[in-house]
Amino acid sequence: MDLATFLIQCLNSLQYGLLLFLVASGLTLIFGIMGVINLAHGSFYMIGAYMAFALSPVVASFGGGFFAVLGVGVVLAVLLGYALEWAFYSYLYEREHLQQVLMTYGLILVFEELRSLLVGDDVHGVAMPEILSGSFPLGQMMTYPVYRLFISAVCIALALGMYLVFTRTRLGMMIRAGSTNREMVQSLGIDIKFLYRVVFAAGVAIAALAGMVAAPVSSVYPGMGSSVLIICFVVVVIGGIGSIRGALLAALLIGFVDTFGKVLLPQAAGVLVYVLMALILLWKPDGLFKAG
Amino acid sequence: MKLQRSSKLAFVLACFAALAVYPLVAGNFGIDLVTKTMVFAIFALSLELLVGGTGLVCFGQAAFFGIGAYAAVLLSPQDGPASLMWLLPAAALAAALYALVVGALSLRTKGVYFIMVTLAFAQMAYYVVHDTPLGGGTDGIYLTAKPVLGTLLDLDKPLLLYGFTLAALVAVFGFLALLSRSRFGRALAGIRVNEQRMRATGFDTYPYKLAAFTISGAIAGLAGFLFAVKDGFVNPELMSWHFSGAVLIMIILGGIGHLRGALIGAFAFALLQELFRSEALFGGFARHWQLGLGLTIIASVALLPRGLVGVPGQWKERLLGRASRRAEAERVPS
Repeated sequence: MDLATFLIQCLNSLQYGLLLFLVASGLTLIFGIMGVINLAHGSFYMIGAYMAFALSPVVASFGGGFFAVLGVGVVLAVLLGYALEWAFYSYLYEREHLQQVLMTYGLILVFEELRSLLVGDDVHGVAMPEILSGSFPLGQMMTYPVYRLFISAVCIALALGMYLVFTRTRLGMMIRAGSTNREMVQSLGIDIKFLYRVVFAAGVAIAALAGMVAAPVSSVYPGMGSSVLIICFVVVVIGGIGSIRGALLAALLIGFVDTFGKVLLPQAAGVLVYVLMALILLWKPDGLFKAG
Repeated sequence: MKLQRSSKLAFVLACFAALAVYPLVAGNFGIDLVTKTMVFAIFALSLELLVGGTGLVCFGQAAFFGIGAYAAVLLSPQDGPASLMWLLPAAALAAALYALVVGALSLRTKGVYFIMVTLAFAQMAYYVVHDTPLGGGTDGIYLTAKPVLGTLLDLDKPLLLYGFTLAALVAVFGFLALLSRSRFGRALAGIRVNEQRMRATGFDTYPYKLAAFTISGAIAGLAGFLFAVKDGFVNPELMSWHFSGAVLIMIILGGIGHLRGALIGAFAFALLQELFRSEALFGGFARHWQLGLGLTIIASVALLPRGLVGVPGQWKERLLGRASRRAEAERVPS
C-alpha cells in the first residue's frame, strides 16, 4: 500500500466513521437520556436517504438545489420525530426494555413497508450537487472526491454543534439533568415531556440528515436502515451507553477497522467489527466511556 | 392458586392434544406449516429459559439454531441417511459447545452489553458460514438424505416428521417445566429477580447462568436440527440477527416469564404472518404483509403490556375492577 492509497483509505475511514457517529449519537442520546432502546433508529437513516431521493424532483421544480433538499428534509424529519414521540415513544418510558424492543421492531416493519408502498423496492441513485461533484488529485495517480470531504465536514460541524449545545447552553444543561433524574428536573418546573420530545426530534433529524448526505454516495436501497442500525448499536455499546464522546471514538474506531479490514483482510471484513466489539467488552464490560 | 395452576396445565394439555389430532384434518400445506411453527416454538422455549427463566436477554440465539441446522447437514454422510440416534445428539451438542464458549465469555457483561455481546458472537458465526466455503457460502447446502431411526422412523415422511417434532416439543416443554420447579430452576429465578442477593445468600451465580445458557443453546440446536431436516436445506440466513430478533419478538408477544408464553407467541407470530400473507384475504396487498404484522405488534404493546399470556388476567382485573368500582359507588352516599 503506497502513501496515496493509505491516505485515501484514511479519509474513507474518517468519513464512514463520522457518518456512523451521526446516526449513533442520536441512538445513544435517546437511549442514555430517555432509556428507550430504539430499534427504529436505522429506519430514520433510511427515511432520510429516501427523502433525499424523493424530494429532489419536488424541490427542483421550485428551483431549489441539493442544499434546499437538505433543509426541507431536516424540517420534515423534526416534524416526524416530534409526532412519533407524541404518538408512540412517550408511552414507552415507563415500560420494560423488552416492550420497547417489541414496539420499535413493529415500527421498523411499518416503515419498511410504507417505503415499499410509496417508493418501491428498486435501488435508486441520488445526484450530488454540482459544486461538490469534482475530485482533487492525491499523489500522482489518485484522486479523491470532494463530496466525501463534504460529508466529513458536515459531520464534524454537527458534532461540534452538539458538543456546544450540551456543554454551553441552558438546554444542554436541562438535558443532562433530565438524564440523571427525571423526577427531580420535573419538580424544578422544567417541562420534561417537552424536553424529551425535543431531544427525540433532534435525534431523528440528525439520523435523517446523515441518511440524506450519505445518499449520493451509498445510493438508496431497501434494507439500508437495518444494516446501519446494528452497526450503530455496536458503536453505542463500545463507546458506553449515553456517552457522546464514547460514540465518537467508537464510531471512528469502527470506521477505520471496517475500511482497512476490507482492504487488508477481505475474507474476514464482515466479522472484524464484531470481534473488536467482543474484545472491547470483555476488556471493559461497560464500554470505553461509561456515562456518569 | 391451586385452581389456577390446574387451569394452566389444562390449557397446555389442550394445546398439545389439538396439535396431536391436527394432522387428521389438515392437508399437506397445513402439516408443513404447523411442523415449522412447532420448530419455532421449541426455539422460542430455548430463549424463554434465558429471558424469562434467568433474566438474560440473548440476542444471538439464531447462532445456536443455525449451528444445529448446519451440523445436521454437514455431519450427514453423503451416500445415505444418517441414524437419528447419533445425528440429533451431535447437532445439539455442537450448538451446546458453542453456547458454552459464548456464555463463558459474554456472561462477564450485563444488561444491554450482554445483549450486544451475544449479538457479536452470533454475527461471527454468521460470517463464518457466509464468507467461507465451509457451509456452501451464501448459497447454503442441501441435505442429501434425511436421517432415519432404523426402519422405524423415516423423517422424510411429513407425517412422521410432524409426530417427531410434536414429541420433541412436548419433551422440551416438559423438561423446562420440571427444570423450573427444580432447585436449579429456583436458583435461576432468584438470579433473575436479584442476582446480588443470590450471591449474598452464598450462590455462585456464574455457573448457574452458564449452565442455563448451555442448555438453552442445546435446545436451540435441537430446533435447528429439526428445521434442517424439515427443509432439507440450510443457508446463512438461519444465523442472521433478523432471526434472533424474530424469536425474541415471539416470546415477548406471548408473554415473558411463562413457558406457555413462548408456545403461544410462536404460534401467534406464525399465524399473523400467514394471515397477512394470504392473498385470498388481502389480494395484491398481501405482498406488503409486514405492514399488518408491524401494526399488530404495535397494537399489542399498547394494549397487552403482559403479552398474550396476560390477556385472561387483564380481563379478570377489568371485570373485577368494574365490579369493585360499582360497589364503591353504591357504598358512598352521593
